[in-house]
Amino acid sequence: MKGSRRSFLKSSAALGTVAGASAIGGFPQLLIKDANAQGKPWVTKGGTIKVGVLFSLTGSLAVVETDSNQVVQFAIDKINKAGGIMGMKVEPVIIDAKSDIKVYSEKISQLILKDRVIATFGGYTSASRRAMAPIVMSRDHLLYYPTCYEGRECTQNIVNTGPLANQHSQDLIPFMVKNFGKKVYFVGSNYIWPKESNKNAKVWLERAGGELLGEEYVELGGSDFTSIFNKIRQTKPDFIFSTVVGDSDIALHKQFKQEGFKVDKMPIAALTTGEIEIRAMGAEFGAGHFLSAPYFEALDTPTNKKFVDEYLSSKYGKGGVTHYNMEETYLSVYAFKAAFEKAAAKAGSVEAVTPRMLRDVTPGIRLEDDISPEGLVWFDETCHLYMKPKIGQCGGDGQFKIVQAAKDHIAPDPFVIYPERGVCKFDGLHTKDGKVLKSVL
Amino acid sequence: MSVNHFWTAFAFEPFMNALLIGLSMASIWLIAALGLAIVYGTMGVINMAHGEFVMLGAYTTYLLQSVFGLPFLLCVPCAFLIVAAIGAIIEKLLIRHLYKRPLDTLLATWGLSLVLVQGVRLLVGPEPKNVTSPAFLNASMQFWVFELSWFRVFIFGVTIAAFVVTWWLLQKTRVGLMVRAVTQNKEIAAAHGIDAGRVYTLTFAYGAGLAGLAGAMFGAIKNVFPDMGAGYIVEAFLVVVVGGVGSLAGSLVSALGLGEIYSVFAYFTNGTFAKFWLFLLVVIFLRFRPQGLFSEALARR
Repeated sequence: MKGSRRSFLKSSAALGTVAGASAIGGFPQLLIKDANAQGKPWVTKGGTIKVGVLFSLTGSLAVVETDSNQVVQFAIDKINKAGGIMGMKVEPVIIDAKSDIKVYSEKISQLILKDRVIATFGGYTSASRRAMAPIVMSRDHLLYYPTCYEGRECTQNIVNTGPLANQHSQDLIPFMVKNFGKKVYFVGSNYIWPKESNKNAKVWLERAGGELLGEEYVELGGSDFTSIFNKIRQTKPDFIFSTVVGDSDIALHKQFKQEGFKVDKMPIAALTTGEIEIRAMGAEFGAGHFLSAPYFEALDTPTNKKFVDEYLSSKYGKGGVTHYNMEETYLSVYAFKAAFEKAAAKAGSVEAVTPRMLRDVTPGIRLEDDISPEGLVWFDETCHLYMKPKIGQCGGDGQFKIVQAAKDHIAPDPFVIYPERGVCKFDGLHTKDGKVLKSVL
Repeated sequence: MSVNHFWTAFAFEPFMNALLIGLSMASIWLIAALGLAIVYGTMGVINMAHGEFVMLGAYTTYLLQSVFGLPFLLCVPCAFLIVAAIGAIIEKLLIRHLYKRPLDTLLATWGLSLVLVQGVRLLVGPEPKNVTSPAFLNASMQFWVFELSWFRVFIFGVTIAAFVVTWWLLQKTRVGLMVRAVTQNKEIAAAHGIDAGRVYTLTFAYGAGLAGLAGAMFGAIKNVFPDMGAGYIVEAFLVVVVGGVGSLAGSLVSALGLGEIYSVFAYFTNGTFAKFWLFLLVVIFLRFRPQGLFSEALARR
């Protein structure tokens, strides 16, 4: 007993040293050499392909991230059933991030160093991405970040499968201005994604000739919108543009109706209110409002019908809906599969494939209509997707009717509203004075 | 396209509405704080799980509604009774054993709150749930310059009723007399034949029931999820501390004051800034009057 406790202390002390070292800037170089210099390939022929799955299964983020976790497992099951990747099974290493920023950064180190996964799927909030990114970058590893985000980052170690801020408000704002009027009120949650999204939206609003009457933010988890609705009643906008997330979003829609606003006079156009939020608020509160997203459960394509049927009848589909965040996460697994096949073909053997190689072959990968439920998408050189955002209006049954779909794919541009900072390309951020900046966060 | 992002100018109608919103805020904060105030005032137990009783009230409503098909208005009193029963059980199993160590109740109830949150998450699931309310509550009415949602009027009414009933119970009934006696001096009260243990069980159950009542209504105006209690507990504590521990009238006045201050600041600036001001003012206030607005001489326990 005594001995085992001592050895436990020793090993935890050793772990402490590793964690401590990784916290210091220059030091990890040593560890990186260690991790790669073992000469151990990330994947051995005949073995399994280990991937990390790092979402919050408990805590406040569990609401959304449980779905992300399940859909990753669903996609991996599906790939394995169909023979795996190049005959090898994919083995998920699932870790609960507990809605805690510290856990994200600790556990991604563990996934890379101890479990030696070749890539990790993880994160939902910007804060969690920011917690994981430095570790992924310092180890030249790979993160699949599968949801919408604000852009303004140019890294060489993250593959994004969700829409950028410049993609999904581009059509929504002109659509609303045309159909409801020029005057708009912005309501968002008080953190980086809504603020950056609103900066983008202002650009589209100006081009569409609209007028911004006001801009209000509610704290994360805040659920009282009466003061904001009082100002909205005073300024009389034609529509509300919402980037309110999570629980607050449900309160926003409920109180909209309870405060006596009429959805046909002044609808809410949101970037966030999908099928899962509608179910949580009750369809009576969601009906008539608008959402811009690349994916809707009601999309009428054979691939999507198959995806919805298979998912909802699988052991993961107890939640009863599919939504855009899930579909983007699903795509990320297939993007990984395609990248692995491409990298192995290029390198000549699976042993030679490294995480960074997966990222470097990702530009140009196409997920065709028969794989992607939202329809064809492909990666640009910065590892963001070309996609077609669609605008849906929620019906009385909680499902969206697609009222407008982009004709062409919209290019991702993480620096679209920051042209002075440069242009993000394959190898980094090309600034105006000719420098190329790597790993810009 | 220019917006004055920070300041909103004074205008009569919206300002009057802001005052009314302050009243509505006050009623929400007061109903969330009432149970906390009673339990702290009477028993000296700082119930960190109070927010979780609010959550249990919301989930009770959700389950009664989705499983048994009970109408919303009937769910509200049921939530009071069921959460009160849960409170009584928790008092008998846990709190009872800690009266001699009041500081430990802080830790114990905090642990209890974690258990309740994770328990609900495991049993019912982490995703938010939907409580439906009757259509007439989901509308608004106009009255002079005021525009007010019926649901807010409903919460306001229930809060006033709960407050009056609580006051009546404490001041006019025999049980209330016993509660007040135990509050003043537990040992002497017990020496006069009052079953102090039973009084504590009843008080704790009543406080939990009030939280359940609040949760039943909050579930319908906001939303129902395992962590929802955390969103109410800060304001509830603020109301109790500013009002003065153990003073019902203090809680009423401080809820009114805080609600109006918040709403007026939120009108002229924005909600985030208003919260900042509210907390700052409370800190300054407590610096000069740490015992709160209405402080009664605290009895030895």
